[in-house]
Amino acid sequence: MELQTTIYLVVGATFALYIGIALWARAGSTSEFYAAGGQVPPVMNGMATAADWMSAASFISMAGLISNMGYGGGLFLMGWTGGYVLLAMLLAPYLRKFGKFTVPQFIGDRFYSKTASTVAVVCLLTASLTYIIGQMTGVGVAFSRFLGVSSETGIYIGQAIVFLYAVFGGMKGITYTQVAQYIVLIAAYIIPAVFISIQLTGNPIPQLGLGSSLSGHDISLLATLDKVVTDLGFPKYTTSDAGGMLNMFVYTLSLMIGTAGLPHVIMRFFTVPTVAAARSSAGWALVFIALLYTTAPAVAAMARTNLIRTITPGVVMENKDPYAADSQIVYDERPDWMKRWEKTGLLKWEDKNGDGRIQYYNDKSKSEAFKAKAAEAGWKGNELTVNADIIVLANPEIALLPNWVIALVAAGGLAAALSTAAGLLMAISAAVSHDLIKNVFVPDISEKNELLAGKISMAVAIVISGYLGLNPPGFAAGTVALAFGIAASSLFPAIMMGIFSKKMNKEGAMCGMLAGLFITLFYVFAHKGIFFIKGTEYVDLIGGPNSFFGITPEAFGAIGALFNFIVAFVVDKMTPEPPEHIQAMVEAVRIPRGSGAVHGAH
Amino acid sequence: MDDGGKAYWSATLGLLAKILVVWFLVSFGAGILFAPALNGIHLGGYPLGFWFAQQGSMYVFIALIFYYRKKMGEIDRQFDVHEE
Repeated sequence: MELQTTIYLVVGATFALYIGIALWARAGSTSEFYAAGGQVPPVMNGMATAADWMSAASFISMAGLISNMGYGGGLFLMGWTGGYVLLAMLLAPYLRKFGKFTVPQFIGDRFYSKTASTVAVVCLLTASLTYIIGQMTGVGVAFSRFLGVSSETGIYIGQAIVFLYAVFGGMKGITYTQVAQYIVLIAAYIIPAVFISIQLTGNPIPQLGLGSSLSGHDISLLATLDKVVTDLGFPKYTTSDAGGMLNMFVYTLSLMIGTAGLPHVIMRFFTVPTVAAARSSAGWALVFIALLYTTAPAVAAMARTNLIRTITPGVVMENKDPYAADSQIVYDERPDWMKRWEKTGLLKWEDKNGDGRIQYYNDKSKSEAFKAKAAEAGWKGNELTVNADIIVLANPEIALLPNWVIALVAAGGLAAALSTAAGLLMAISAAVSHDLIKNVFVPDISEKNELLAGKISMAVAIVISGYLGLNPPGFAAGTVALAFGIAASSLFPAIMMGIFSKKMNKEGAMCGMLAGLFITLFYVFAHKGIFFIKGTEYVDLIGGPNSFFGITPEAFGAIGALFNFIVAFVVDKMTPEPPEHIQAMVEAVRIPRGSGAVHGAH
Repeated sequence: MDDGGKAYWSATLGLLAKILVVWFLVSFGAGILFAPALNGIHLGGYPLGFWFAQQGSMYVFIALIFYYRKKMGEIDRQFDVHEE
C-alpha cells in the first residue's frame, strides 16, 4: 500500500477511536468531568496525566534536540521528570487536601485576596499561552508532513483541528480519551525505537541498546558516535554540555520547578479521591512518562547515527574516511524520505561547492585542525539543514522501517500535540471565564455566558498562538521550556510558600509573583522579542545575549524563582501577618485527615 | 498547632529533606556537577555521568516517589492523622 494511504488510514483510525471513546464516556456518565476523575483508578489516571503532560515538545521535538545537543540534552530528561518528585512531595497532597480546582482559587483563598488570585491568573495565562505556541509549532510540523504541505499551512490546519477538538471534544470523558492517546503515542514512540535498536545493536530494548556495541563491532554505539561526530567537526556527543555547566544546572532546575508550577499539570492532582492517591498518582504518572523519556535518548543517538550513515554511507559501519571525495552521497540519489521532507521546507540542501554531493558537517567548528581538513576536502560550508523538530517523525523513514510504523508515528505525534493543546486550552478558558470574569469582574454572570466566555477565550488563544507559532521563538521544546521558566518564576514559589510558610502574607506573595514574572519576561523578551514578536528584541540593552552569567533565556526561570522568594520574604517582613484563620487553614492543609470531596466546581 | 501536630510536621519535613538530598545528588550531582569525573567509569557502553543524566536519574526519581508514598503513609498512621 502507498505510504500516504497508510498514513491516512492509521491517523483516521486513531481519530475515530478517540471520538468513539469520547462519545461512549459521555453517554455512560453525565457527571461532571471533575467528578469523573475521582472514579478513575490510579494507574489509568497516571496514564491520562502522562498523555496530558507529554506534548508535541516531548514527542516530536525533544529527541531531535537531544540528538543535536548530545549529553547536554539530558537537561530536558532530568528537568521534565525530576519536577514530579517536587510535585509529589511539596504540592500535590497539600493542594488535594485544600480541595479547590484551580491554581488561582488556591492563591486567592490562601492569600485572602482577589487581587492575588488575579495576579495568579495573569501568570497562568502567560505561561499557558507560551506553552501553546510551542505546541502549535509541533502541530505545524506534524501536519505538514502528514498532508505533504508547507509547515505554515500545517499550522493553519492544526489550528482548525485543535479548535474543533478542544471546543467540541469538551470536558467530559476526556480522561478516557487521554488513556487511549497515551497508548497510541507510547506505542508510536517505542515500536520504531525497538526496530532501530535491533537494526543497530541487536538489542531489542532501546535503553540497553544505547549502551551496547554496534552490530558486528566491538566498539560501543556511543563511542562510535563520539568519533563520527567529532570527525565532522561537531562537539563530542557524550560530553557536549548545554552552554556550560552553570547554564545546564540552572536550566534543569528551571524545568523541574516549572513542572511543579504548571497549572494544567497541578490540576490533575485536584481530581484524585484522596491525599494518599495524590501521592501515588504522581508516581504512576512518572512511570508512564519515563517509558518515553528513557527511550528518547536512545532515539536521539540512533537517529543521529542513522542520519550520518545515510549521508556518508560506510563511515559509521565500515570506518571509511569521511573526507574522501566519494564518501558523501550524490544529491540526485538521495533516499525518498529526504524528498518527502523537502516539501515541508524543514529539510534543505544547498550545493555550496557545486559537486552535487551532500556535505553535512559543523561549519562553525572552532577547531583549526578540522577546518584545515574540511578545506582540503573542498567543502565550502554545511549544505544540509535538518530542522531538529523533524528528527522523531522522520526517524522511522531514515531507518527504512515499514510503512505502518511511519504512519503510526504520525498518529502518535498528532495525539501528543492535540491532547496537550486541548488540556492547556481548558486551563486557559477556566482561568479567564471562572477565575477572572466570574470572580472579579461580573460575579452574577450566567452559567451559559460563562461557558461562552470560556470558548471565546479558547478561540483567541488559538489565534494568538497560531500567529506566533508561524514565527516561533525557537524549536517546539525550546519554546515550551520558556513556558516552564515563566511558571517556575511566578507560580511555584507562591504555591510553595502558601503551604510551607504559615506567616507568608498577601503582600509578600503578590510582590513575589509579580517580581519573578517581570524579571523573567524582561530577560526572555530581550532575547526573543516583546511578546515574542520578531524585531522587538532589545538584547543590547541588557549587554548582549546571555549576559547574566551566560545563562540562556530558557534557563532563566530558576533565577526568576529565586528573585520571587527573596522579594516575597522581604515584603513579608515589612507588612502585617496574615489573619489567624488563614494560619489555621495552613495547619489544616498540612494533615491528610478530613480530606473531603473536592468543592468549588464551576 | 498542638504538640502532636508539630511533631508530625517535623517528621514530614525530615523525610522531605532526606529525599531531596538524594534527588539532588543523582541529577544535579551525578548528572551535571560530577558528570565529567564519572565519565571515566563505564556502565556497559555508557560513560557513567552521561548515563546518570540520560537514564539513571529518572529511574531514581520513580523510586523516590514510591518510597515517599510508603514512608509518608507510615508517618500519617504513627501520628494518627491518616485518612479514614
